[in-house]
Order: sequence, then C-alpha cells, then structure tokens
Amino acid sequence: MPLVSPEIFAKQTIASIQDYSILCWRAISNLFSRPRYWADIYTQMDSIGVGSMPIVVLTGFFTGCVLALQSATSLQEFGSVSLTGNLVALSMVKELGPVLTGLMVSGRNASGMASEIGSMKVTEQIDAMRALGTDPVRKLVTPRLYATVFMLFFLTIVSDAVGIAGGALVSVTLMGLNASSYFHNSYRALQYGDVVQGLTKPLFSGFIIATVGCFFGMTTKGGTQGVGKATTQAVVYSSVFIIIVDFIVSRAMIGIFGR
Amino acid sequence: MPADLVTGNVPQTQQGPNSEEPVVVFEDVSITFDIKPVLQNISFTVHRGETRIILGPAGGGKSVLMKLVNGLIRPDSGTIRVFGEDVTHMRENDLFKLRARIGMVFQESALFDSLSVEDNVAYRLHEDQVPEEEAHKRVIEALRFVELEHTIAKFPSELSGGMRRRVSIARAIIAKPDLILYDSPTGGLDPITSTTIVELVIKQRDVTHTTSLVITHRLQDAFLLARHYFNQQTGKIEPIPDNGIDPSTKFLVLNEGRVVFDGTTQELVHSTDPWLREYLS
Repeated sequence: MPLVSPEIFAKQTIASIQDYSILCWRAISNLFSRPRYWADIYTQMDSIGVGSMPIVVLTGFFTGCVLALQSATSLQEFGSVSLTGNLVALSMVKELGPVLTGLMVSGRNASGMASEIGSMKVTEQIDAMRALGTDPVRKLVTPRLYATVFMLFFLTIVSDAVGIAGGALVSVTLMGLNASSYFHNSYRALQYGDVVQGLTKPLFSGFIIATVGCFFGMTTKGGTQGVGKATTQAVVYSSVFIIIVDFIVSRAMIGIFGR
Repeated sequence: MPADLVTGNVPQTQQGPNSEEPVVVFEDVSITFDIKPVLQNISFTVHRGETRIILGPAGGGKSVLMKLVNGLIRPDSGTIRVFGEDVTHMRENDLFKLRARIGMVFQESALFDSLSVEDNVAYRLHEDQVPEEEAHKRVIEALRFVELEHTIAKFPSELSGGMRRRVSIARAIIAKPDLILYDSPTGGLDPITSTTIVELVIKQRDVTHTTSLVITHRLQDAFLLARHYFNQQTGKIEPIPDNGIDPSTKFLVLNEGRVVFDGTTQELVHSTDPWLREYLS
C-alpha cells in the first residue's frame, strides 16, 4: 500500500465522508419525490430479506443453543439453572440477535451491493444509466437502503425467536429444564425497554449495510481488482460500524430506559 | 488518406447544416485529472444536422470530451452549451431532462448485463412509462434498423462484440434523440464489423439527419463516413457520386488534449500542418 502524506490522507478522508454523507442524504430524500422505483424496492426486499433468511435462522438458532449451553453450565454452579431462559432471552433480544443478524446480512449483502454496483461502475453501466436520464442513486441505492432497513428489522425478530427456541431445545433436551418454565422465565425477563433497544439497532445496522455497500460500489475504480477491493472494504467497514453503532445505541438506550 | 478525397467534390446530396442555433458549443474548455491536463482550451461548434467526426490518437481526450457534452463529467474551466443550455452549471436533475434529448453509444457498449436485449433497448421507454405494447413495437423497429431483430430475447453476454455495439446503437436511437454521441463505436472490432457499424451511423445520419458526434481513431472509418451515403431506394450504403463528400460531415482532430484541426473534409485533406499530414498519411 503506498504511503501518503498526513495532509493528503486527511483531505481524502474528509472528501470520502462528504461524499458518503451526500450519498446518504440523496438516498433517503429520493423516496419523497418522483420517480419512485417500487418494483426495485420489492425485488431488493426479496433478495435481501428472503434471501438472507437461511443464514439468519441458522445463526440465530445455534447462537441460542450455545448461549443456553454455556450459561446453564455457569448458572448450575450457583443453583440458578432455571434462569437460563432469562439469560438467553435478554442476550438474544438486546444484543446477539440484532448484532449477529446485522453482521451476517452485512457479510452477505454489503458485499453483494458493492460488487454488483462496482461492476456496473467499471463497465460504464452507471454512466449509461445517467446518459439514459436515470439517476443511479434513485434507481440503485434508494431501493437497497429502504429494503435493507425494512427487512433487517423483521430478520432480527426472526433471529431472536429462533435463538430463544434454540436455547429452549438445549435447555429441555440436554439440561432437563421444563419447557414451560423456560418460556415463562424468558417472557418475564423481557421488558419494554429491552425490546425497543433490540429493535432499534437493526434500523441503524440496515442503514449502515446499504449505504456503506452502495458507497463503495459507486466509488469503485480500477477494473475487476477495484471491484474486489470495494467488496472487501464494504464488508469490513460495515461490520466495524455496526459494532460501534451498537455500542452507541446500547448506551443511549440504557440512558433512556435505565437498563 | 485516399487520393480521390483530395480532388473530391462537395455535391449537395442532402441538406447541409443550417444556420439555426448550434447544438453543441465548447468555449475554452479545460479539464485536468489529478495533475495531468486531459483537455486544454477546447473550442468548437456543432450545428444542427452536422455529423462531427472526432479524430485523434488514443489517449488524446476524445472520450472525455464526449462525456463532457453529456454532462457526465464537468470541466475545470470553460463553458459547454448543448441545445443552448449551459451544461457546466446545470444541476444533475436538470441534466437528466436534457439527456432525454441525447442518445449515447458507449465505447464498450455499456449494456445492462442483467437485462435482456429488449429491456436494454426499451430502457428509456420503460423509464418514461410508455405502454408495454408500444414499447415492444418500437424495440422491434429499432432492432430492425440495426438488423438484430432475432436477438430480442437474448442477454448481452450471449452476443458478440459487434452485436452488442449494434444493440447499443438501437438503445441510443429508440427515443429519437436530437443529438447522438458515438464514443468509438468501432473500437476493438474487426474491419468487417467496423464497416457494418459505420454503415449504421451513415444510415442514421441520412435517414433522420440527427446531429451527431462520432469518435474514431480509424481514418478509414472517418473517410467512409465522409464519402458514402445511404441510398433509400436501394437500402444500401453507396459512394457519393463523382467522388463527392458529404457536406454535413466535418472533422475535429485532437492531439494531446488540444484541437489540432476543426473544419470540413476538404480543409482536412488540404491541411499543411506537418503533424496532421503525418497523422493522415
């Protein structure tokens, strides 16, 4: 990697932040003016939402399983193995469900968006679209943004549900806990603030996945090698941003709801 | 350079450019990428009905010039007016409306690889929400013009390079634009396919008299355009009688980002500029 002077690096970073902010603003505001590409939004919802379902279900389920396994072992030492349901439900709904779903969807879709749009960029298809009188941000970025934010919200709910179900399976079959007691404790452990916290995070994660993926796609340079680089950067940046924003949202929610 | 061009006549085979408002005007346009100046102080005018051939060695800034006309990139200095509107200071949203009057054929075709030939050609019509039946009829018409009706259901990856270029021409002309930009339509093609593409450009020029800018670095393509016309009776491309030269076809020669020549075919072949003479020989 070539070394650049701190001045050039700072200028490039600020220019990238500016471009990213403009892209985000345009992607959001485009939905409030015509033309709106509803068909593209539904197509993206299918691709991002339904397409990501298998990995989200598998990840959520086995995370719930392993969470129950690990926590039950520790709780056994304190004679509180019946609290496994509380721990699994709280961990899944507040933290692991939203974050893991965000990371899995990021790995699958931020890379997909960056490579698809990046390929279009290097083969002049984006320029062709502009030359044909279509705004590429409106046509390509806006549908992906709204589809990701909308579908990630529901994918997180699915992940939470199958995670708790996975925890139940392990608790009942391996730990010998009562299923009714497990679900009852899980339900009692969750309060309004926990659910709000867990369902606020995917809104931010969805925004990050779509905008970062599309930004790296739209700024791809340098042929196929550039597409590969954009794809890698999209996954790395979106994953890191998801975890950072997760911390910020958690802190804000604890401040608001006190837990 | 063909010898008969030097002694060629300029018959009025068709209506030449008229004195109406120019379609494209460049005034002292310069653009630099990083630290390399790509175009420097470019000025020229293209009138209605004119076919302007942009000649020059590779890397001379021809494609950049074409993108500047369409507002796809903006110059560092100077003014570009298209249909009387200053594209250098236009908002992107206004440029989209202006581009509805411009058709563009890209160097590498730039077809949407996830769409079929029909959807590619009908792209602009779909954007304008033209009814499906009407759009299909016009796609057939455009594909018939480029003699590729049979490829309507195919995808770009199933077509050869020359066929992709012809589909790209069909996509550019379907909305009956007032200006067509051909960015190296024959680049990377074999001589026979190149001739087919140039014949389509001639056919489009002589059937619709649409103003056009054609980039090429192949002299034979440029002179084929200047010396031939489309005979609407026979439906074939034929040499203009008596070694004639098409009066609406003019040349702009670029070298290292500067205009080396701006004028008619006759003026080009009689130029005494040493670089130009060497380039044409």
